[in-house]
Amino acid sequence: MPPLAQRNLFHDKVRLTVTLTGIVFSVVLIVVQLGLFLGFTTATSNLIDHSGADLWITSKNVPYVEQGVAFSERKLNQVRAVPGVADAQKIIAHWTQWKRHDGGEDSVQIVGINVDDNLERPWNLVQGRVEDLKSPDAIILDELYKQKLGVTRVGEVFEIGGHRARVVGFTRGIRSFTTSPYVFTTFKNAQNYTGMREDQTLFILVRLAPGASLEQVRRALLDHIKDVEVFTTGEFSHMTTFYWMFTTGAGVAVLIAAVLGLVVGFVVVAQTIYATTMDHIREYGTLKAMGAPNSYVYKVIMKQAAISALIGYALGMIVSAFVVHASQAGGAAILMPPSMAVAMFFVTLLMCVGAALVSINKVTRIDPAMVFKG
Amino acid sequence: MQAAIAVRSLTKNYVEGSAGTLALRGIDLDAHAGELLMLMGPSGSGKTTLLSIMGCILTATSGSVRIAGTEVTSLREKELPAIRLQHIGFVFQGFNLFPTLTAGENVELMLDLKGVSAAAAKKRAKELLEQVGLGAKCGAFPADLSGGQKQRVAIARALAGDPAIILADEPTAALDSLTGRNVMEMMSDLAHKRGRSVVIVTHDSRVLDFADRIVRIEDGAIARPSEAEPVPAGMLVHGMGTGAVSFA
Repeated sequence: MPPLAQRNLFHDKVRLTVTLTGIVFSVVLIVVQLGLFLGFTTATSNLIDHSGADLWITSKNVPYVEQGVAFSERKLNQVRAVPGVADAQKIIAHWTQWKRHDGGEDSVQIVGINVDDNLERPWNLVQGRVEDLKSPDAIILDELYKQKLGVTRVGEVFEIGGHRARVVGFTRGIRSFTTSPYVFTTFKNAQNYTGMREDQTLFILVRLAPGASLEQVRRALLDHIKDVEVFTTGEFSHMTTFYWMFTTGAGVAVLIAAVLGLVVGFVVVAQTIYATTMDHIREYGTLKAMGAPNSYVYKVIMKQAAISALIGYALGMIVSAFVVHASQAGGAAILMPPSMAVAMFFVTLLMCVGAALVSINKVTRIDPAMVFKG
Repeated sequence: MQAAIAVRSLTKNYVEGSAGTLALRGIDLDAHAGELLMLMGPSGSGKTTLLSIMGCILTATSGSVRIAGTEVTSLREKELPAIRLQHIGFVFQGFNLFPTLTAGENVELMLDLKGVSAAAAKKRAKELLEQVGLGAKCGAFPADLSGGQKQRVAIARALAGDPAIILADEPTAALDSLTGRNVMEMMSDLAHKRGRSVVIVTHDSRVLDFADRIVRIEDGAIARPSEAEPVPAGMLVHGMGTGAVSFA
């Protein structure tokens, strides 16, 4: 086929620029919004997904991890006695106040763990070791929040909940969905920082023995321990994510923005391809007069749409890659897994091809007799 | 011998709302292979409408049109492109070349429609352009060609489908006298040397001498020849009704 589609497309450079700008804008907006959604989703359940636990035990009616309700830490022994439980640890995850050196205060989420155990340990350490938490008043936080909390180096001392806290290490990439950073410390310190009683805990994490049935252990725990809920890690993660993303509306807002990006891209591409089609309507009429079936004309238009999609996608992904990379240093990471990049190609193609249908509808109705009008 | 195009009792009525315009009234006409037939008449007489129906671009309200023996008025609209592609080549007043394609690619486009491979189409397009004297202009875009050259490219494109019928609507209207005559010589060759049936709608009295037959259309019908109208020597002028045919 002579390169009619390509030539028509590249003939009007201004219009092509408008088309590509629309596609790039759409691609970037969709990637950013979906990437934010993914980033938020990951951040909401970070703590749960990295816990290493199979089951989470909470008080009754705890809807998400930030809303833990204290219960007796004596239940830990009851948990450990249930068949199929290989390991169980008390965990605290709760908000408290961090006092900066300038006197200002910030909200942080204390995560209190058993340092000698593998459950809920901080990950991606770039400075210090988890074992350093055993030293008095030790805390580990993410380097992302240094500036916010007024931290400059390991060894600095701050006040949390009226108690002394000393920075012994930094992680990288442990984001909190809320504005309150996670601060890892020992379980004992966490009780002090959050004002909890010594005989209380917020959660008990459970790791199953090899070969143990998740459902059987869960049922056994519910049978043996009163006034608690037992969730799988997946369930609790989903509950927490669902609360933050949908119950609060945050996720819906982001998804709506992504859909808007798609709509904008569709409208821009439809408008410019339609304008290009109208510019060349006489040629399409000539094609039909020459004996071209409608499908031949459709192919020309679809080819234009596909070429626009390819170029727009490539440019859009380059811009998106820059935006994603830049976001890593910020509080809200935009995630773009390879599967999203692949999916975006098909979304872009569909968007452009769908937009071209408007033009196809027009050329279907061309009266070939128009070619006789001089 | 079977006519290339045979039109019988052809009527075309354009309906607009509750009103209608009878553009063609009971036309009977044959166009033969090896003949250059001119359709003449004032603006609005229906000659372009007649050409459009003969070219399977417009459908008739009633009557019959046979193209190479095939009755086309009973065909569905989606079957007409195939008839055009197989039997008819068009030459337009405004040339109707694709401005973003070169002269060669314009001709290749017709060959592509016929399913010719890209390599064969390229070769054939060059041959056709050489036949119309534009072999050196294969790579030129229409914007870089003169009016006469554009029309010759259009003729080459029309020939690319190897049609038995060439329909031309005012092919010399946009050309000066000399160029117009050159184009008409080519059209004449198509009829007389290549055996095509060539039907030309024209206002241009400068080119009447190329016609084997002239048919005057007035108010949608074939007109009777007027004594006041000069008829070129040797021309057949077809009249309706009486069936009279007069020689000048």
